[in-house]
Amino acid sequence: MKSKTIKVDYLARVEGEGSLYVKIKDNSVVDVKLKIFEPPRFFEAFLHGRTFSEAPDIAARICGICPIAYQMSAIHAMEDAFGVKVDGQLRALRRLIYCGEWIESHALHIYMLHAPDFLGYADVVQMAKDYPEIVKRGLQLKKTGNEIVALLGGREIHPINVRVGGFYKVPTRRELDPLAERLKWARDAALETTRWVATLPFPEFEYDYEFVALYHPDEYPFNEGRLVSNKGLNISVNKYDEYFIEEHMPHSNALHSVLKERGAYLVGPLARYNLNFERLSPLAQEAAHSAGLSSVCYNPFQSIIIRSVETLYACDEALRIINQYEKPETSSVPVEPHAATGYGCTEAPRGILFHRYRVDDKGIILDAKIVPPTAQNQKSIENDLWQFIPKHLNLSHEELTLKCEQVIRNYDPCISCATHFLKLKIDRE
Amino acid sequence: MAIKRKPKLAVWKFASCDGCQLSLLDCEDELLGVADRINIAYFLEASRDTVKGPYDISLVEGSITTQHDAEHIQKIRKSSKLLVAIGACATAGGIQALRNFKDVKDFISVVYASPKYIDTLDKSTPISSHVHVDFELQGCPINKRQLLEVLSAFLHGRKPNTPPHSVCIECKRRGTVCVMVAQGIPCLGPVTHAGCNAICPSYCRGCYGCYGPKETSNTGSLSSRFTRLGMNDENIVRSFRNFYATSEPFRKESEVHNHL
Repeated sequence: MKSKTIKVDYLARVEGEGSLYVKIKDNSVVDVKLKIFEPPRFFEAFLHGRTFSEAPDIAARICGICPIAYQMSAIHAMEDAFGVKVDGQLRALRRLIYCGEWIESHALHIYMLHAPDFLGYADVVQMAKDYPEIVKRGLQLKKTGNEIVALLGGREIHPINVRVGGFYKVPTRRELDPLAERLKWARDAALETTRWVATLPFPEFEYDYEFVALYHPDEYPFNEGRLVSNKGLNISVNKYDEYFIEEHMPHSNALHSVLKERGAYLVGPLARYNLNFERLSPLAQEAAHSAGLSSVCYNPFQSIIIRSVETLYACDEALRIINQYEKPETSSVPVEPHAATGYGCTEAPRGILFHRYRVDDKGIILDAKIVPPTAQNQKSIENDLWQFIPKHLNLSHEELTLKCEQVIRNYDPCISCATHFLKLKIDRE
Repeated sequence: MAIKRKPKLAVWKFASCDGCQLSLLDCEDELLGVADRINIAYFLEASRDTVKGPYDISLVEGSITTQHDAEHIQKIRKSSKLLVAIGACATAGGIQALRNFKDVKDFISVVYASPKYIDTLDKSTPISSHVHVDFELQGCPINKRQLLEVLSAFLHGRKPNTPPHSVCIECKRRGTVCVMVAQGIPCLGPVTHAGCNAICPSYCRGCYGCYGPKETSNTGSLSSRFTRLGMNDENIVRSFRNFYATSEPFRKESEVHNHL
């Protein structure tokens, strides 16, 4: 009987703190645990007793990498509660700032966190020694995303300009012009990125996932739409609690989300792409085909191509929004709080981010529920490891460990997000 | 202390959102230059490779909220020549320090079904409550220009230039008309530490204090102004109990107005 263990005590190039434990016995996998030991921060409790208008800024502090996602889910949930409709240019500006977050977050992951795995480097600084121009392109692409967020939001991390009902201040046309110039460069750089990542070596690995993403009839989803899957789910966002549940796992400080009676599902770029390919811009569709993808993709390693395609789409969409922009007369619409429950779900770079708030007649939050994307992907990550490892037992210990890490990094996991609300249970055996 | 050889930098994380260490990766124009001058020896968010200590500079993000972390920070201090706390969590306990105002058991049971399984300390505390800290860089999140200034200053053996005056000075410098005087918008700028370059007022919004208290902040005077602007005590408490809720000046001021 031969038994071996793969342990990665601190996963690198992920956001937050997690570890991996795999046990192999007689050439079969007997245990896989993605452990999340990031300490809990009790956001649900802080939000209790705060006013509705504070939710976007407090929730943003859950994640420094995708604060826009937290702000957007929070404001859409509050607007749902109070029956507020934000449309026209204000709605377009919200898509624009989200484009910025996708570009900076995807470029960070593609170039700095994920690509080093494919090319055999420990990090982007080492990679830059052999690929200086490629790394510089990635950094400038990331910077362009940050510039959008900083212009519309005031700063890159924890922007300050987003509010329930709209913005504190909206930009003039002239302020957006320099961004358009940068974005034209970024669109070309994103196109180059899809060409480049298509040349990376991808392990053969496919799995019959249930993909869950927002679906909007007219556009690739950011802030609005129905929750759909490739296996028949099609619900409005306010029915989330009826279809999804969180399972307590003893080994993780984050819950595993599952679809009732169906189990694991996958959210993020792969899910969005498979469910929304037709609503990508023509340029993005063409780039995907040139990169060798059809309109469906079941290989999570190729998520790096899809992130590149989405980055290209975000540049394209940002340019479209800027070209059609006229400064709206008011920077926000009036909001009158009343007792209600509101639901919001938006597409964070890593996948759907669900918020639910119950507020009283003065707009004070009575309870909050937040389900971040990485919590929803945890079970799929572990499933991938169960499937992947048995086929690669011939690899050396070191190579197999690296490949296991890569399986995890395919999801761009944000562990800081995943733990911050979740009921946690620690097995003290 | 001028360092001749390539100095070793470590970046550590405790309870936090990752945003402050991300600020280093957000230095898109400077990152490769920084890596030329500094050996980034331990930075898990960016690299699989780790170099053992001791380190010349440790940047520490996050607050201490578990027994494990309370022990870990001691080890980090021992292996670091200079320890710099970055961000609201590391310098004041962060937003998660709101738990410090409650009995943590009640607090946890509001949220968690099985409180007995929660592994957490009663309070969220800054790094300086546990070990000696050589420098604190405030902000939620920190300003990346200030982060580069701190690294550069320590590399050259000088004191970082991070003025402790108020956000008001920054508004005056950039020519922003005072939102509180001109529009009656409550603004924490007069008591808040500079460093962000007064972003909120330039977006027609009052400062909400995410850089924490400035030196000698007159919070009482500002609260009286808030009252005259029509804010009730509950809202005054909320405005001081955010990302720097447990910093002494903000905590004390919130307690004056808290009648619960």
